[in-house]
Amino acid sequence: MKKGVYARPKDTKKAITFLLKYIGNHKLPMITIAVLVLINAFAGIIGTYMLKPVINTYILPGDVPGLIRVLLVMGGIYLAGVLSCFTYNKMMIHVSQQIVSEIRMDLFRHTQKLPLSFFDTHTHGDLMSHFTNDVDTISEALNNSFTLLIQSFVTSVGTVAMLILLDWQLSLIVVFFLAIMLLYIRRNSKLSRKYFAEQQKNLGDMNGYIEEMVAGQKVEKIFGHEAQDLKQFNELNNKLKDSSAKATTYTGITIPTIVSLSYVNFAVSACVGGLFALSGLIDLGTLASYLVYVRQSAMPMNQFTMQINFLMVALASTEKICTMIEVEPESDEGTITLSRVKAYPNGTLEESEEYTGTFAWKVPDEQGNCSFVPLKGDVRFHGIEFGYTKENSILNGISLYAKPGQKIAFVGSTGAGKTTIINLVNRFYELNNGTITYDGLDIQHIKKDDLRRSISLIIQETHLFTGTIADNIRYGRLSASDDDVLAAAKIANADSFIRRLPDGYQTVLESDGANLSQGQRQLIAIARAAISRPPVLVMDEATSSIDTRTEKLIEKGMDTLMKDRTVFVIAHRLSTVRNAKAILVLEKGEIVERGSHDELLQDKGRYYQLYTGQSELE
Amino acid sequence: MKNFLLYAKKYKKEFILAIICIEAETIFELIIPMVMADIVDVGIVNGDKRYILLKGVQMVVFALISLVLGHICARYTAICGSGIAAEIRTAEFEKMQSYSFANTDKFSTPSLVTRLTSDVSVIQNFVSNGMRPGFRSPVMMLTAIIVSFKLNAELAFIFLIAAPILGFFLFFIIKNVRPLYSRMQEAIDSVNRVIQENLVAVRVVKAYVRGDHEIDKFDDVNGNLQRTSSKAFTIATLNTTSFQFVMYGTILAILWFGGDLVMAGNMKVGALTSFLSYVLQVLNSLMMFSNVFLLFTRSLTSMNRISQVLDEKPTINDDRAKDISIKKGNIRFENVSFKYKEKAKEYVLSDISFEIEAGQTIGIIGQTGAAKSTLVQLIPRLYEATSGNIYIDDHPIYEYSQAHLREAIGMVLQQNTLFSGTIKENLYWGKEKATDEEIEAVCRIACVDEFIDRLDNGYDTMLGQGGVNVSGGQKQRLCIARAILKSPQILILDDSTSAVDTATETKINEALEEVLPDMTKIIISQRISSIQHADQIIILDDGKIHATGTHEQLLAENEIYQDIFFSQQKGVLVAP
Repeated sequence: MKKGVYARPKDTKKAITFLLKYIGNHKLPMITIAVLVLINAFAGIIGTYMLKPVINTYILPGDVPGLIRVLLVMGGIYLAGVLSCFTYNKMMIHVSQQIVSEIRMDLFRHTQKLPLSFFDTHTHGDLMSHFTNDVDTISEALNNSFTLLIQSFVTSVGTVAMLILLDWQLSLIVVFFLAIMLLYIRRNSKLSRKYFAEQQKNLGDMNGYIEEMVAGQKVEKIFGHEAQDLKQFNELNNKLKDSSAKATTYTGITIPTIVSLSYVNFAVSACVGGLFALSGLIDLGTLASYLVYVRQSAMPMNQFTMQINFLMVALASTEKICTMIEVEPESDEGTITLSRVKAYPNGTLEESEEYTGTFAWKVPDEQGNCSFVPLKGDVRFHGIEFGYTKENSILNGISLYAKPGQKIAFVGSTGAGKTTIINLVNRFYELNNGTITYDGLDIQHIKKDDLRRSISLIIQETHLFTGTIADNIRYGRLSASDDDVLAAAKIANADSFIRRLPDGYQTVLESDGANLSQGQRQLIAIARAAISRPPVLVMDEATSSIDTRTEKLIEKGMDTLMKDRTVFVIAHRLSTVRNAKAILVLEKGEIVERGSHDELLQDKGRYYQLYTGQSELE
Repeated sequence: MKNFLLYAKKYKKEFILAIICIEAETIFELIIPMVMADIVDVGIVNGDKRYILLKGVQMVVFALISLVLGHICARYTAICGSGIAAEIRTAEFEKMQSYSFANTDKFSTPSLVTRLTSDVSVIQNFVSNGMRPGFRSPVMMLTAIIVSFKLNAELAFIFLIAAPILGFFLFFIIKNVRPLYSRMQEAIDSVNRVIQENLVAVRVVKAYVRGDHEIDKFDDVNGNLQRTSSKAFTIATLNTTSFQFVMYGTILAILWFGGDLVMAGNMKVGALTSFLSYVLQVLNSLMMFSNVFLLFTRSLTSMNRISQVLDEKPTINDDRAKDISIKKGNIRFENVSFKYKEKAKEYVLSDISFEIEAGQTIGIIGQTGAAKSTLVQLIPRLYEATSGNIYIDDHPIYEYSQAHLREAIGMVLQQNTLFSGTIKENLYWGKEKATDEEIEAVCRIACVDEFIDRLDNGYDTMLGQGGVNVSGGQKQRLCIARAILKSPQILILDDSTSAVDTATETKINEALEEVLPDMTKIIISQRISSIQHADQIIILDDGKIHATGTHEQLLAENEIYQDIFFSQQKGVLVAP
């Protein structure tokens, strides 16, 4: 047989193992379902196979009491069949929806652990498609295929067994045709899977495109780009249409092909059987009932292939989910954790159950003992080298320190690497070379979650979630009370505009807070950071959309926010930068100047030139 | 429903062919069993070798014909299904493009995406999986009913009891399952929403270590989806159970009454057995048909959701447009007021009037939330003024078609969007067939040339998801270049240099003034330095015009302006 291009038995095996793992969690229900399916299949078989005896034994002789008896027995069996049908359907749906929901959950859980670089390189639409289209396909298959597969398998095997029993020589013909059917199905399902995979991929691409276009609708309108976008959409749409037509065709031709093959099977069996009968190898009565079975073998075979097909399609989707689940999560080899401590007057620290307002790094040593290092917010970079790709380095040997409570500002032209530096503090990306220490501890050794909990980040683009304004502020600290939310909003000077919204703090934001202005969104982001109150604060153009007057108003709040905190700030505005303890001037991934505002002005270097407008940033 | 038939129209030929093939195939499927019966009942019983062979060959021929028919039918059904799906998607996308933001906000992004993908797939499924059984089973059923009435009219009355019972069950199921399907689709929307927001805000989630919180949120919507879909599917599977119930009941009834008839000598045994097989065929067809009906019910929910997208009236349209286009770029606001939602209590903008001569530069300054962005977005009709009028070249803007109006306006938004693709492809948005020289020229104005060489592939560098991420300042410069490439009469810069350093900003502004002096420019900025040379400065406060004037006038008379000015005196990193 020709080897299919798309056949990847290893991956299929992996997909099967993956699915079986979930099914394995529901062993008892699955076994019960299987038993009930068998009972139901048996009841169905009775329907076909008991008719003749009923007619011959009771109806023909006119045995009315006997007929009543046998009909009652049949009724009982049928009832059991119907009841088991009801029960297994209900159970199957329950189990399959549970499995699907577990898969979705695990997929989501895994997504939460993936590194940022993964999200930089995959489109949202494509990722969404795993959750929707791929999971859907699995759901469909589990809902119906498992039970129907068992049922049709049992019926097929039973029929073939009967055929062999009746005449093993003649049954060779049937076996031969069954083999052809199986080969055909194998070849066909490989092809259809190839096109289904293509279809799912195209569907993912299209998801991504639509999403991007809805998000960029304003730009589309402003540039009157509708016609071009429609054209591009139609290209994607046609690709999807073609692959989908092919995929559906290949599934669609299976049934008629199998049915036709089974007719040919019957014809050949009948002719050869007829010859046998004439040569006296088989008696006519046996041949007649033999052929009845041949006729009946087509239906379950047909059903069986259909379900196999569905399963195959589901496996193709499972493979895609598998690949996603296999993406390495963010590495986290850190052992140092952040804990609440109680400080004693003699300087010793002890872990505490209650909130004390004091935190410390819990550092385990090799013996399993722990020592505590108080959390202060001392951050140092030692010879940092970094690039988003191996070939393209962005930062070349950055060293700097920020003592607790100091404000460090980064100044430099766009693309100088400012944002990249602060992305490294909370380990959004991994260093190529060098170390960063936090309170003297290498951040590689600190558990990522704990590291990030100790740092508050405000980025330029504010993302809000569906929910109330209060919920969005509370995102910084989930346990925060309403008073805390109010206080944080006041620090950010957001209180006055929030109060004027239709429902105040309970105003529900939809579609990423579309009706709030950029500046208002940034104020909410600042409130969000204010409520989380960690020792290190990182602000990347956090006030870029806030006008200077409002900025003046929030200055006091910002001072409160920054007090006793180590602050890294990126800003173009001098008002934000000038009172920094140290200003670092960055160029092409290197620090070219450092010092306080006054010192740098005295030095008459780059910063001075920038300040006096004698030079322009490259 | 009518809409959907319209989409099917384009595939009329394929539809008809598919249906013909289905019916022809069905006829063969009805004939072939008779041939089979002939082989057994006549050929074998009589031991007629020739007859058996003849009928055998006949059967093989029939089988081959039905194979060909089956393949044609599968192909055309698939083409119909995927074709209609593609048609619907295009129609939806096209409609979506005509939406105003009020329309889009009504649906939310993830919901729109589902309505264009999953919901369409449901309909495609209905067409490609439902057509064969849908057109086959009625024929099968009709033939079987006729034959069984011919066999024994008295006994056939059992149908008259069985069919309504089955019908009642189906009615019950469909009635109950329909609202559940709608709820299920809503649950899917919620799940998608949580995923989408999570993906977009991944940096925030990670920075605040809110993975667990997100998981809790997801658990909620996921659990809800599990429950509703469990319920919906459970009810849908009652279909099989009720079918089996009725079928078994019918078999027993036929055996009982039929047995009685046979015993009384009113019916032959052979007739009873074939009667039974026809009854099973009728019920089987009914079952198939009811499955199609269930698919249909499911697709009704999706059709409904799609119809909502298609029937949504765009709130901004070209109804009053005349065939005119913008020549100069003179802008006049007359008593313009605006609120986002009709029900909102307060106006976002109230009673705005001002005039800009063509070629002038206007600065707009004001507090966060003063509605500066809203004001300028009214000009290209991204939103429509609630009352009052805006005129360009003395025509109300609604007299220009949206295409003409927007063609004349270049706008850089505060929240910029670049699309997946190369830098060049993004710039082409401004002018589709721009030459390299044109691109380089605008890139010089927008200071894009300063960083473009540092990117790996220059203008061919891939951007966005799957490509390089440029910094905020670089992005803003690209967006400015993209807008000027349009060579518009009116250029609106909405705080679009906030992430660009001041030196570069000055450079850009000077270049704009020098190279494009005839363009009307509206600049929103936080920085006085960016607007102080403007011919006119508007101070916007809480949605109202607080004052207008030149830099010197305002600095002399206006308190707010003085405030802003002094707050920035020491505050600009590169003083111009």
